[in-house]
Amino acid sequence: MKYEAAIGLEVHVQLRTASKMFTRVAAGYGAAPNTLTDPVVLALPGALPVMNKEALDKIIKAGLMLGCAIEPVCKWDRKNYFYPDSPKNYQISQYDQPICLGGTVEIELPGASRNVMGEHKKIPLTRIHLEEDVGKLNHGTGDSLVDYNRAGTPLMEIVSEPALHSADEAFAFLTSLRTTLVQGGISDCDMEKGQLRCDANISIRPVGETMLGTKVELKNLNSISFVRDGIALEIRRQSAVLEGGGFIGQETRQYDGEAGTSTAMRSKEMAHDYRYFPDPDLMPVKVDAAWQAQIRATVPELPFDRQRRFFEEYQLPYTITSVLVSDRELSDFFEETAKLSGKPQAAGNWITNDLLRELDGAKITLTDCKLRPSHLAGLLQLVEAGVISSTIAREVFAAMFLTGEAAEAIVARQDLKQSTDAGELEKWVAEAIAANPKAVAEFKAGKEQAINAVKGTVMKASKGKANPKLVDEIMRKQLGASPRPVN
Amino acid sequence: MADELIFQPAARLAAQLTAGKISSVRLLQAFLSRTMAVDGRVKAFNSHDETGALVQARAADERRAAGRARGPLDGLPVGLKDVIAVEGQPLTCSSKMLANFISPYDATVSVKLKAAGAILWGRMNMDEFAMGSSTENSAFGPTANPWDLSRVPGGSSGGAAAAVAAGELPFALGSDTGGSIRQPAAFCGIVGLKPTYGLVSRYGLAAFASSLDQIGTLTRTVEDAALLLGAIAGHDPQDSTSFRTEIPDYRAELKKRRGTWRLGVPREYFGAGLDPEIGAAVKSAIEFYRQSGCEIKEVSLPLAAEYAVAVYYLIATAEASSNLARYDGVRFGHRSTKAKDTVDLYCQSRAEGFGEEVKRRIILGTHVLSSGYYDAYYMRAQKVRTLIRNEFVCVFRDCDALLSPTTPTAAFRLGEKSADPLAMYLNDIYTISVNLAGLPGVSIPCGFTGTGLPIGLQLIGQPFQEADLLAIAHRYEQGHDWHTKHPALS
Repeated sequence: MKYEAAIGLEVHVQLRTASKMFTRVAAGYGAAPNTLTDPVVLALPGALPVMNKEALDKIIKAGLMLGCAIEPVCKWDRKNYFYPDSPKNYQISQYDQPICLGGTVEIELPGASRNVMGEHKKIPLTRIHLEEDVGKLNHGTGDSLVDYNRAGTPLMEIVSEPALHSADEAFAFLTSLRTTLVQGGISDCDMEKGQLRCDANISIRPVGETMLGTKVELKNLNSISFVRDGIALEIRRQSAVLEGGGFIGQETRQYDGEAGTSTAMRSKEMAHDYRYFPDPDLMPVKVDAAWQAQIRATVPELPFDRQRRFFEEYQLPYTITSVLVSDRELSDFFEETAKLSGKPQAAGNWITNDLLRELDGAKITLTDCKLRPSHLAGLLQLVEAGVISSTIAREVFAAMFLTGEAAEAIVARQDLKQSTDAGELEKWVAEAIAANPKAVAEFKAGKEQAINAVKGTVMKASKGKANPKLVDEIMRKQLGASPRPVN
Repeated sequence: MADELIFQPAARLAAQLTAGKISSVRLLQAFLSRTMAVDGRVKAFNSHDETGALVQARAADERRAAGRARGPLDGLPVGLKDVIAVEGQPLTCSSKMLANFISPYDATVSVKLKAAGAILWGRMNMDEFAMGSSTENSAFGPTANPWDLSRVPGGSSGGAAAAVAAGELPFALGSDTGGSIRQPAAFCGIVGLKPTYGLVSRYGLAAFASSLDQIGTLTRTVEDAALLLGAIAGHDPQDSTSFRTEIPDYRAELKKRRGTWRLGVPREYFGAGLDPEIGAAVKSAIEFYRQSGCEIKEVSLPLAAEYAVAVYYLIATAEASSNLARYDGVRFGHRSTKAKDTVDLYCQSRAEGFGEEVKRRIILGTHVLSSGYYDAYYMRAQKVRTLIRNEFVCVFRDCDALLSPTTPTAAFRLGEKSADPLAMYLNDIYTISVNLAGLPGVSIPCGFTGTGLPIGLQLIGQPFQEADLLAIAHRYEQGHDWHTKHPALS
């Protein structure tokens, strides 16, 4: 029998805020254990929570980016359960009135090959709500230590509908979601730092069946490839159980990405009763239209929308736009360069090839890069105007990258202008013809490519400054050949 | 000589300090020696910091001598119910769970009192985690009523009330969730004020029931209540439930507000269960107001009278079950040495650390919030709470304040009701609805029973109208001398 999977993801994302969700202590990663704490974080007797407005701003922005309906009131509930990583033994969360409802995440599935765009889909979301993160347990031999630095960090939970049908779709969902949230400044989404965490609810059903099968929750998917591999494994496992005439029980399983296996953690019978109730320490907060409008004004264009615009507005190829829109700063850099130079295609090529290579080589980010769009635009204009050759342009680019000087200044100081002086060019060509008798003979015998050796000698003599087009013309004239064939 | 000092109202002590007639050190020594003399029998204190207090008293005297006194509270000792955090002082909540806990931070009220120069020196006994009406639920033993040592001082702020009544302190702060300031004030013959919910910051008050808890004052006179309230009231950015409102000079307003008040008397608060002696004393107080020109009108609060206690024990226990979850032996507080694993650590630490009444309420509250029961209990209780609040809103359209007994009986005997929790809960029948509605309430002395036990008159005010409420209470106090009587404690 053929089976189809229905996968829903629960994605926890730490919001990038200066302070924690309910107190002014700094939120952060990597500090000495239990230093990012205060009476509120440690749940000392008498401590009270006060809401962080920046966190609410950020989740509303995320909701607006993903097309959610924003609820008019932000209400807080307590989720009660005992665990040592939870200082109050309840988590402040949102139960029946999440701040964001609905919305979608647009995904792109793998194309036929790397340079072909794949199919796009919009995956519906159920809800997004805000809560506080818990601390971290470090298990030793015989004892366990708790670090509450992470406790109280603003955390948003994004729940998708069970509308993903394969491990590839889940992978594409997370990739797109992460790109969107990073570009919105919502979160850094670094999975290694636990800033983005994902659980998957997976069920399978015979193709054509409309009822969902029994779902299994898969946890510990702590990298995007583990999400893909873990889900693929679970789909295979469930298919094998059903094929063998078995029965899928509702349970939670733990994925081990290193071993590529999963093990049962708990069954439904052990499910918690969280005894949710409205938190009496916090007042509901009204999110009025003016507040929403203020945040809406900061919402950036979504990556896929930008890609579509790049196709239309700049006629850029898929591969280049994919690279550009995966990074908001890079896209901005491109658009500014395109605007300043009027050469979008050249700008796209220079940025996705040369600039990324130089950044990678220097191990710096675009923010720290001395070369700005105005520099690159200046360079493109010099090439366009024939002032420098494309060979020289690469040298100038490297110099600009290092020093942040304008292209024109570098060209002037190093005397890199192309030579169009006929007398000088005639002299170089004559010397080169004399120095390459073998190539000249071959050329005359009809071997068109042989002329390149002569041209190379001219370029070398001119230190790359000879205008290649003029050199070609003079060379052919001196050799008595017809002008270069047009192909 | 000492007697003259220790039973004087705080406002008069403040005046004497200001006039240089006494020093803060001398005053503190008077209270210290009184405490040494009587607290072995009253047992109002859980602990006190004598050395620290003397250092502060000397500092206050130096400020005053240098003309830099911080105001009327500068150099006055104040007691704090052992549920309010003071940096570096024990915060036990009269529980074995926190027997060795020292607070590393100050409650907002502590910050304010320190800024005003008050000396925070006594940690006052209470019912464990403020759960009780007699101070018998203290892990450190009960406090006795100074008027009759075989009787309870009321609760849960029983230590604070008994100490003020016994002349061990000029005044104290308590907390009131269902009557925990007003009922012990009535039993001990002093003034107990529970402000409007949101007037005083709860930051640093170990929570029992967050939507009902409010810090308030236990004082000798209404003027002292006005003095102390003025020092602790006001919006606090660290408490999301605290309210932005103008804080008047409550003490100055006492004399300015002299209206012909419209006073409501809830019919249902004078029915079955009310001790006739209490009823008579309260009725005579009502008569005093009528004769002083106030308009007295009978009003009706049927829902408050019928359902307040039931609603309270659903909402308060639900919130408590969650608020007290943090006492788990992991980060601070009592940790069992018998635990075998994490779950066992919770079970053993909580089984050993909490007393019977606290356990009873946690179990009740956990049940109230359980899936399948939430709608029938918690949700319905919240709806009835809204109806009760609306009932008060209606009544207050025609009234400036309501008059009622504070308690149905005077102080009962130690042990008399400990075996019957329901009888104990009914002791708060007149006070609980005030917390459910978030209103201000004050209990003032209005007489004595034939056996010499104090009787309390409760006045209930409109939200954030403490200035009116205190002015109305002040008028009665000016016409009587109950507040000048002191227990013999011989």
